[in-house]
Amino acid sequence: MRYFNAHRKGLIALALVTIGFYAFYFISPIKATSMLESSWRFAIPLVLAAMVGVIGERSGVVNIGIEGQMLTAAFAGFFGAALTGSLLVGAVAGVIAGIVMGAFLAWTTVKWQLDQIIAGVVLNIVAAGVTSFYYKQGYTLPALMPKFEVPILSQIPLIGPVFFNRGVFALAALVLVFVIQYMLFSTRWGLRTRAIGEYPNAADTSGIDVIKMRLINVTLAGGLAGMAGAYLSMEAAGTFERGFTAGRGFLALAIMIFGAWYPNRVMAAALFFGFASATASQLQIDKVVDIPQQFINMLPFVMTLIVLSVAAGRVRPPAAAGTPFVKGSA
Amino acid sequence: MTQPLLEVRGVSKAFGKVQANKDLSIHVNPGEIVALLGENGAGKSTLVKQIFGLINPDDGEIIVKGDSTPIKDPSDAISRGIGMVHQHFQLVPVMTVAENIILGNEPRKGLKLDIDGAREMVRRISDQYGLEVDPDAEIEDLPVGTQQRVEILKALSRSVDLLILDEPTAVLTPQETDELLDVMKSLAANGTSIVFITHKLREVLAVADRVYVLRDGELAGEVLARETDQAGLALLMVGREVVLRVDKGEPHVGEEVLKVEDLVVLDDRRLKAVNGMNVSVRTGEIVGVAGVEGNGQREFVEAIAGMRPVVSGRITLSQTDDITTAQPHHVHAAGVGHIPEDREKHGLVAGYSIADNLVLNRFDEPEFSARGIRNFAARDENAEVLVEKFDIRTASIGSSAASLSGGNKQKVVVARELSAEPKLLLAAQPTRGVDVGSIEFIHNQIVAARDAGAGVLLVSAELDEILSLADRIVVMHAGHVVAEMPAKDADRQLIGRLMAGGN
Ligand SMILES: Nc1ncnc2c1ncn2[C@@H]1O[C@H](COP(=O)(O)OP(=O)(O)OP(=O)(O)O)[C@@H](O)[C@H]1O
Ligand SMILES: [Mg+2]
Repeated sequence: MRYFNAHRKGLIALALVTIGFYAFYFISPIKATSMLESSWRFAIPLVLAAMVGVIGERSGVVNIGIEGQMLTAAFAGFFGAALTGSLLVGAVAGVIAGIVMGAFLAWTTVKWQLDQIIAGVVLNIVAAGVTSFYYKQGYTLPALMPKFEVPILSQIPLIGPVFFNRGVFALAALVLVFVIQYMLFSTRWGLRTRAIGEYPNAADTSGIDVIKMRLINVTLAGGLAGMAGAYLSMEAAGTFERGFTAGRGFLALAIMIFGAWYPNRVMAAALFFGFASATASQLQIDKVVDIPQQFINMLPFVMTLIVLSVAAGRVRPPAAAGTPFVKGSA
Repeated sequence: MTQPLLEVRGVSKAFGKVQANKDLSIHVNPGEIVALLGENGAGKSTLVKQIFGLINPDDGEIIVKGDSTPIKDPSDAISRGIGMVHQHFQLVPVMTVAENIILGNEPRKGLKLDIDGAREMVRRISDQYGLEVDPDAEIEDLPVGTQQRVEILKALSRSVDLLILDEPTAVLTPQETDELLDVMKSLAANGTSIVFITHKLREVLAVADRVYVLRDGELAGEVLARETDQAGLALLMVGREVVLRVDKGEPHVGEEVLKVEDLVVLDDRRLKAVNGMNVSVRTGEIVGVAGVEGNGQREFVEAIAGMRPVVSGRITLSQTDDITTAQPHHVHAAGVGHIPEDREKHGLVAGYSIADNLVLNRFDEPEFSARGIRNFAARDENAEVLVEKFDIRTASIGSSAASLSGGNKQKVVVARELSAEPKLLLAAQPTRGVDVGSIEFIHNQIVAARDAGAGVLLVSAELDEILSLADRIVVMHAGHVVAEMPAKDADRQLIGRLMAGGN
């Protein structure tokens, strides 16, 4: 009951959206399923990538290098699997690539106090350079990442096939949203993480090692970017090209802001973006409107602009995000 | 003799060229309250920060319960039974009281934070020490006095043998201060040792057993509290006689410089904090606004300074100049100086140099710039003069404001605002956190500004400050004036009752 009162608005919105979608499903099961399916497909990498930003900023480190982290991971995953013929090797390589990139950001900004924006830009440039330079045509994956049917849950109409009949990274994205939400707000790690991102001096005087905690959080969050990248090349597309992530890392930052740095709201925001773009495509398929495909592809970015201009001033980022912590400066 | 709980032996600490502590030695016995006194920048905070492991000494030893291994960091200090309440609040504004208190020492049930247990614990210690707080309130919604209580509870929540309090009373009302002093006495009676930093000599005499006086980073003296008095302490601190009373002549009152009519202003929670306020200030007089903090004083001053929108009513300068809706820049240009209550937030830019901070609202005036290009020579000259005149203790005028001690930051703000020779000076808590010598100096400067023809609106939580400085006193309660009187007829008891809402 206390839970309900504290989250009343969110729960009511969730209930209304669910009812709405099932009503739609009742009228047109095929269309509803396909639209929800393309919304979530669009959202999966964004959810994972936006959570990299959430954990980073909640700990006080702005990460604009998510794009580069994802790109490197997509590359490592694809070629890891293509060269060894093992999907497992590829998946692990992708996640490790993300963690390595996370560690780069962590050490440059937290340990050596390089400007966080500059470090993020460096990450993106290095990632674009390295992945283009070593890119070779003519490789293929042994197979796409296999799908798992989650028992029972995948039998639920509508949401079953969309959410619970997926590859590992997509399932991980779904589970991790709730796990990280819980960790941030109900565990010791979460309380401390929020403290070092809001007011690191207070954490320091409470006996928390701010530097160490930021290093660990930013590094491990890189693993989520790794999953997002590997998802794109190994689970969704099955290919890799130059500039493969196409700005999704930046879109994720917009979604992080739209989701006000809460994992569950981030998921809702990502689904909303996905749904908007699915609606536009659907309208075109149905010949309701006739807009060139390029404009449809532009939609998420236009929405980003709108969302950010509306959200600006309404949501409040963690206060210390962007500033390095210097011990004894209190 | 028993072994001292804390022994500091020959500790030295330098920040660049500034030698903040020089070969300091002190000790604290179990159950003893020791006060640290000293001018702003004498090195008090530096010393206790080393005891708490926030910074590490260059030289010397800190021995806790006979153990001389260096104190690495705060968590090390905490595990050895040391707790500290900091001069600058160390609370996370967006978290609740309970969350702040358990931070770093969290009760858990399995993997989950035990927030219910935390609430219980907060209630229990809050009852035990008679420090009332709501465990579920968010810090940023609380008045500073309550935040201070949370700080103290946080330190007490981890069983401490040594409690360090760095200027805990600077932001407390007199009643809250008395409550805190009682808590300190009962803690000491139960065996806790306390190191207490304050600038208020009355408090030192009320609770301390022994007093160490620091001057320029060195130990200048040690006395037993029962063998000294206020004048004696002040002499030890400053090295000269300090006049604790303000000497001022009769005011030469002229025309009205500020008129506030039926002012209504909202606070941050959108409630009417100022509700029908009427005040008038004339040139050459000091009007003191007395009141318990949180009765709209802050919002009132901010509205005049242009920092807070006015809901209704009028603010007029020099009878003709309507500044009700003016922006801070225009208010300043119209001749209003403002010493804000929160110097960290509204008075200084921490990362800027002292020289820049001293011209913060005037850098674009002809004196300091020509055709959009700043005149750095003039800025530096200005800084040299003010640092000298206001005795701002700093390594150089190029040092950042952040490197200054608390009281010296205050002096920077006061120096800047007075040097602009305002015709109206808004002074909110102008001597908060300032040592007795500097209080005397700032008071004299305010009186000098008055005698030069400025009108002064003085808001202070210190009734003593109001009584000694003001020519006319208005008492503010619940957002408006409840009484007004000439200072010479003022009666302490009566004002105290009026402040509390009685009559
Ligand atoms: N982090 C720092 N960097 C440079 N200088 C510093 C730093 N911290 C303190 N100082 C300098 O060391 C000296 C002692 O400062 P400290 O804060 O200990 O004074 P204090 O006695 O606590 O004064 P106050 O009563 O004003 O709080 C001051 O001159 C101050 O400018
Ligand atoms: Mg101090």
